[in-house]
Amino acid sequence: MADRPEGSAAKGDNRPKLSLHVPEPKYRPGDAVDFSHIEVPEAGTTPRPDEACDPAEMRDLAFGLVRVLGDDNQAHGPWDPKLDADTLRAMLGHMAMTRAFDERMFRGQRQGKTSFYMKCTGEEATSVSASMALAADDMVFPSYRQQGILIQRGYPMIEMINQIYSNRGDKLKGRQLPIMYSSREHSFFTISGNLATQTPQAVGWAMASAMKGDSRIAATWVGEGSTAEGDFHSACTFATVYNAPVILNVINNQWAISSFSGFAGAERTTFAARALGYGLAGLRVDGNDALACYAAEQWAANRARANAGPTLIEFFTYRAEGHSTSDDPTGYRSAQEREEWPLGDPVMRLKNHLIAIGEWDEERQEKMDLEAAEHVKKVTKEAEANGILGHGLHHPFRTMFEDVFEELPWHLKEQAEQAVRERETKFPEGLPAKGVQG
Amino acid sequence: MSDTATQNAPASEGTSERRLNMIEAINDALDVTMERDDNVIIMGEDVGYFGGVFRCTAGLQDKYGKTRVFDTPISECGIIAAAVGMGAYGLRPVPEIQFADYIYPGLDQLISEAARLRYRSAGEYIAPMTVRSPFGGGIFGGQTHSQSPEAIFTHVSGLKTVIPATPYDAKGLLISCIEDNDPVIFFEPKRIYNGPFSGYYDKPVQPWKNFDASVVPEGYYKIPLGKARQVTEGEQLTILAYGTMVHVVEAVCKEKGVEADILDLRTLVPLDIEAIEASIERTGRCLIVHEATRTSGFGAELSALVTERCFYHLEAPVERVTGFDTPYPHSLEWAYFPGPIRIGEAIDTILKD
Ligand SMILES: Cc1ncc(C[n+]2csc(CCOP(=O)(O)OP(=O)(O)O)c2C)c(N)n1
Repeated sequence: MADRPEGSAAKGDNRPKLSLHVPEPKYRPGDAVDFSHIEVPEAGTTPRPDEACDPAEMRDLAFGLVRVLGDDNQAHGPWDPKLDADTLRAMLGHMAMTRAFDERMFRGQRQGKTSFYMKCTGEEATSVSASMALAADDMVFPSYRQQGILIQRGYPMIEMINQIYSNRGDKLKGRQLPIMYSSREHSFFTISGNLATQTPQAVGWAMASAMKGDSRIAATWVGEGSTAEGDFHSACTFATVYNAPVILNVINNQWAISSFSGFAGAERTTFAARALGYGLAGLRVDGNDALACYAAEQWAANRARANAGPTLIEFFTYRAEGHSTSDDPTGYRSAQEREEWPLGDPVMRLKNHLIAIGEWDEERQEKMDLEAAEHVKKVTKEAEANGILGHGLHHPFRTMFEDVFEELPWHLKEQAEQAVRERETKFPEGLPAKGVQG
Repeated sequence: MSDTATQNAPASEGTSERRLNMIEAINDALDVTMERDDNVIIMGEDVGYFGGVFRCTAGLQDKYGKTRVFDTPISECGIIAAAVGMGAYGLRPVPEIQFADYIYPGLDQLISEAARLRYRSAGEYIAPMTVRSPFGGGIFGGQTHSQSPEAIFTHVSGLKTVIPATPYDAKGLLISCIEDNDPVIFFEPKRIYNGPFSGYYDKPVQPWKNFDASVVPEGYYKIPLGKARQVTEGEQLTILAYGTMVHVVEAVCKEKGVEADILDLRTLVPLDIEAIEASIERTGRCLIVHEATRTSGFGAELSALVTERCFYHLEAPVERVTGFDTPYPHSLEWAYFPGPIRIGEAIDTILKD
C-alpha cells in the first residue's frame, strides 16, 4: 500500500472510507426492460436557434432532444425541414436500401463469403438523412457504421460488395477489413479500424478548406464509446480553437460492443454536452427521426458554411443488431431492449410519415422493399463473379507490395520476388481457380 | 513462496491433470493471482461482465466483484495511464488492450511514463502492471487486427516483453508477469488460442487438448521471465522463435526431417542469451523466425546479438524469416504470413554447406 506521511495532522484512516463507482447498465440478459427514465420530449417543442448564434445561447439543446416526427406521424415545430415528398421518398429509399444491403451482406458472411460484417440496423437515419443535408462534395470522415452515406451518395453498390469480398474487383486491392470503404470521388475518407482517429483528421481537413478559402465543409461520425479516445478531445479542441467548418456527429447507439454508454460517461451528462466545455455548438437529436437528423445536420452545415463555427451533434439512437458478425449481444443485454426502444424504428417512422401525409402507402413500401432486396441480390451476384474471400480471385498478387510507398524500394522489391517464388513453389501448375487462399 | 516450475515440466506432482486451451490457461492465471493477492485488478474494454471479446476474463467479475474486474472507457491512453496511477498506489493492475493494434493511443503512457517511472524516481515509484493484448495474424483480421508490434516495446528501456506459445507457459509466465515489479507487455498469440498452428491455413487446427503442453496444473506455479524453452533438440541448426511461429517452425522441421534445436524464447526482454549462445555453439547455424515485419524487427536484434557473441562458432550467415514490410493485407494474409515455404527455403540456405 502507498505510504502515508508520518505525523500528518489528519490521519487518513480516521476519515470516511472511499468507494469506487463502476457503472452498470440497467438491464442484462433476461431482465424486463423499462425505458421510462428516458425523457422523450414532444415533437416540435425544441426551439431552433439562429444558425450563427453563440453556443452559450443554446445550452439547453445539448440536454434536450430535437424531434420533428410526432406520434401522429406528422412533422412538427421549428425543426421541420419541410422537405418535398420526392425528397422524403428518396430518403426512405436510401434507408430501405441500406437495410436490404445489411441483410444480404450479413448473410454473405454467415455463408463464408467474407470474414466480417457490421450492420447499422436502426441507425440508418443518422447516416442517410445527415448525408442528404450535406453537399455531395462536402468531405465526410465516417466510422464503420455509415454505409448509408455511400448509398445516399450513389457510390456503386458493386464496389461496396467487391470491397467486402476482398475480390479482384476490390479497388482497395483486398487490403482492408470488410466495410472499411474509401472513395475519394465521393468525398468519402478511407475508414480506419482504429477508433476515433478520423475525428481530428476531419477537423484538419476543414481547417485546410478554410485556409484555402474553399466552400466545402467536413463532417465526421464517431460512436459514443469512441468519444472516450483522446483523439476525439483533440478534435474538439482544434475545432473550437480554429472555428473550423466541421460537424462532429456522435452516434450514441447505447452500446460499444458489450459496454453500455455509461462507460463513455453517459451516466453524468449527454454526449452533446461535451460541446459546452469546448465552446462548441451542441445539439442532441432523436436519431431515429429521419427529419430531425436532416434538420440538425443542415443547421450545422449552414453554421459551418457561414463561418459561424463547428457543431457537435449527438444522435440518440439504438444499435438494434449485434456489434458485428463476431458479436453475440444476447450475452450482455436484454433481448427486450430492441422492442422497447422508445424512439421506434427510423425506417418505419419515415414510412408512416409519408403515408400520413398521403404520399405513400403500404403497397408501394412493399414493392420498394422487394425491389431493394432484388437489387442487392443482383449486384451481389455480379460481385461474386469477381470472387469471394479466400477463393483465389483476389487482386493481382504483386499489388500486395504496392502503395506502401509511392515507389517500391529495394527491400520491398526483394520481398516481392520472394513472395512470387513462394507462390510458384506452392502452385507449380499455376493458381487453381477455386478454393485457394494464395 | 515461489515453487518455480522447471523449464519444460508438465503438471507438477500431486495435481490432477487438466487440459486447457490458452484462453482458459490465461483465465486460470488471472484467477490464481487474484485469489492470492487482492491488489491484482483487471480492467479493459469489455473485460467485465462479458469477460472480454476473446473470453479471457470470463467469470472473473462474478467471482471478484466489479471493483476488481471492470470495463473501461474506450481509451487506451486512459487505461494505461490509470494503471500507472494504480501501480503508484500499490495495486497490480492487469489491463487488457483488446487488440495489440490498438495499443498505440496508449504508447506515450507506456513508453515515457510506465517504462521510466522507476528510473526517473530512483526507485521511489514503480509501475507493476501487466498489459495483456492479443496479437498476430492468420485470422483474416486485416491491417488493424493482425499486427505484431513487439519490436516497438523491446526498443524501450524499462519494459519487459513476454510472449507465451503454449497454455502451460501462458499460465506460468502470466503469473510471473503479474508478480513482477516492472511493467510488462504480455502478448497473446491469438492464432494459437485454441490450438497450435502448423502454418497450413487449409489444415484443420488441432485443439490444444491433444497436446501435452495443454496440461495445466491447478493452482500456483511460475515460469521465470528470461528463460527460453527448449522445444526440440537437434544438431543441424538453431531456430529462434516465439508465439505462433514456434509451432510453425516445429511442423516444418518435422516435415523436412530437419534436426533443429528450436528455442521458444518466451521472453524477448529479458532475453535468455545463455540458452541462445549455448545452442549456437553446438549447432553453428542460426535461423530467426517471427511474424512481424522485417525491418527493425526483433529478429534484427537477435541476429546482431548472435553475430556479436557467436561469430566464431557460425558456419553460415544468420538468416531471418519474417513477415513482409507491408501492412497485413486482408485477402492475402497467407501470402504475408511467414509460412512453411519461406521457412523451408531459409533452412535449406543455412544448411547448404
Ligand atoms: C483504438 C481502438 N480501440 C479498440 C478497438 C476495438 N473496438 C472496435 S469497435 C469498438 C466499440 C466501439 O463502440 P462505439 O464507438 O460506441 O461505436 P459503435 O460500434 O457502437 O457504432 C471497440 C472497442 C478499436 N477498433 N480501436
